[in-house]
Amino acid sequence: MINISETKTKTKTETKTKIIDVQKIEKVFTLHERNSTQVTGFSDVSFSVNRGDLLALTGVSGVGKSSILKAIYRTYLVSSGEILFHRSDKSVVDLVTCSESQILQLRKREIGFVTQFLKILPRVSALQAVAAPLVETGVSEQDSLYQAANLLNMLGIREELFNISPLTFSGGEQQRVNIARGVIAPKDLILLDEPTASLDEQSSDRVLTLLADMKEKGIAMIGIFHDRKKIERVADKTYEITRKNTEKPFQAIREVA
Amino acid sequence: MLLEVQDLSKIYGNSCGSCLALTGEEHGRAICPECASVVAINSISLTARKNEILGIVGESGSGKSTLLQLIYQDITASCGKIFFNGLTDDRNQPLNILKAMPATVSHLRNKEMSMIYQNPHLGLNFLFSAGGNIAQRIIGAGERNYEKIRKGALGFIDRIDMETSRIDDYPENFSGGQQQRIQIAKALSSSPKLLLLDEPTTGLDVSVQAKILDLIKELQQEIGFSMIIVSHDLGVINHLTDITVVMKHGTLVEYGLTDQILEDPQHPYTQLLVSSIL
Repeated sequence: MINISETKTKTKTETKTKIIDVQKIEKVFTLHERNSTQVTGFSDVSFSVNRGDLLALTGVSGVGKSSILKAIYRTYLVSSGEILFHRSDKSVVDLVTCSESQILQLRKREIGFVTQFLKILPRVSALQAVAAPLVETGVSEQDSLYQAANLLNMLGIREELFNISPLTFSGGEQQRVNIARGVIAPKDLILLDEPTASLDEQSSDRVLTLLADMKEKGIAMIGIFHDRKKIERVADKTYEITRKNTEKPFQAIREVA
Repeated sequence: MLLEVQDLSKIYGNSCGSCLALTGEEHGRAICPECASVVAINSISLTARKNEILGIVGESGSGKSTLLQLIYQDITASCGKIFFNGLTDDRNQPLNILKAMPATVSHLRNKEMSMIYQNPHLGLNFLFSAGGNIAQRIIGAGERNYEKIRKGALGFIDRIDMETSRIDDYPENFSGGQQQRIQIAKALSSSPKLLLLDEPTTGLDVSVQAKILDLIKELQQEIGFSMIIVSHDLGVINHLTDITVVMKHGTLVEYGLTDQILEDPQHPYTQLLVSSIL
């Protein structure tokens, strides 16, 4: 029995398996410094994502898109709801209630986050900054640096910049370094906060190609995008955050357009 | 689980018996109204796993350093239990190291745990050379071969980016930042499983502070050990730690992932602390 089910998951023709199931999450901030004012970040958000799929979160600024990504990564604690993460060993963890240590383990190997801005120390070179997450998983420094160089090349970062602190780079270059850093170590689910926001046409094309490659490898992604063209190119479905949230398959979006 | 602290308390003064119930964050005080005893640590429980880095933040007098000193047994706890790395007693029950035999306690202090103090005078013996200080710790951990001890000391001097030719200089002839580096070398020379750091970079200028923090982080990733760091500097906590514990009036008011504590603090005191970052 067990053997059969194992071989089943390995065949590529098998229908895609679910990786994350977000159920009715809500975030209410209580500001004790402001007479305990309550601010709702988002509410009644539910969606699920399959391995190898990309879900695009859309909606106007301030509607809570980044907050949702942070809630999945446990940077924000949700007020209610469940976030069920299906691990590759088939166990399921609720990212809302599992221990901090478990989250740390998941962040190392399974869930990645590419934030909007590069947050690293000023004393680290671009190559080191990108290689670091791979070194942490136990890959040798030499191999990690080699892979980091390949990734930066692919994203169009000039080689002469490799040994300089990326904090001196332009906004678009920093964003690409940040993406490289976020995807270099193998993960099962990657959260992307506006990965192409400050990139020119050519650079964002390179990033979208990279995201498509990652999908091919079975990596699931949840990303915040604003540009419909980009969404059409990489997303499998979109989830629009409004007062009332709606999950639409990608096809539906295209018909509307 | 590497370290498990259960209901740990430290009371200064003759306790009336209800000190723990009458103090702490919910009462807004650490001094018992009945008997005027000072409750430095009030029923704290926390855990640290292998390779985890824990930060402790809180205002002056909240009990941060006392907590570290209780774990390292620099001072004696009033009550509570601490379990370490699966140690058991002779009946195979988990060993409360606060009640362990003196030989076990010294083994823990000399080998398994190391403490780095804000004041280098507490961590270093100023009558011994830099190499002598490191050697003292290597010997304390059980090594008796002179060649190996000397080689070990030289190796650690080199690892903290210091000229090995300075191995025989005395601590007073080093700068404050260098003294901290020697403390780090000494602390790590016994290959401890847990490193306790009490404000390791407070009072050093920022360039030296940055280098020392980088060094600590580098060595942690290279060697692999758990750390508990006390700091009032949230920048240091953000840079080094995975999990943060917030203390007030001797009690633990919040425990969470460091990024969560900084970006979505729950407790009113944590919110005040985070909103006070310059």
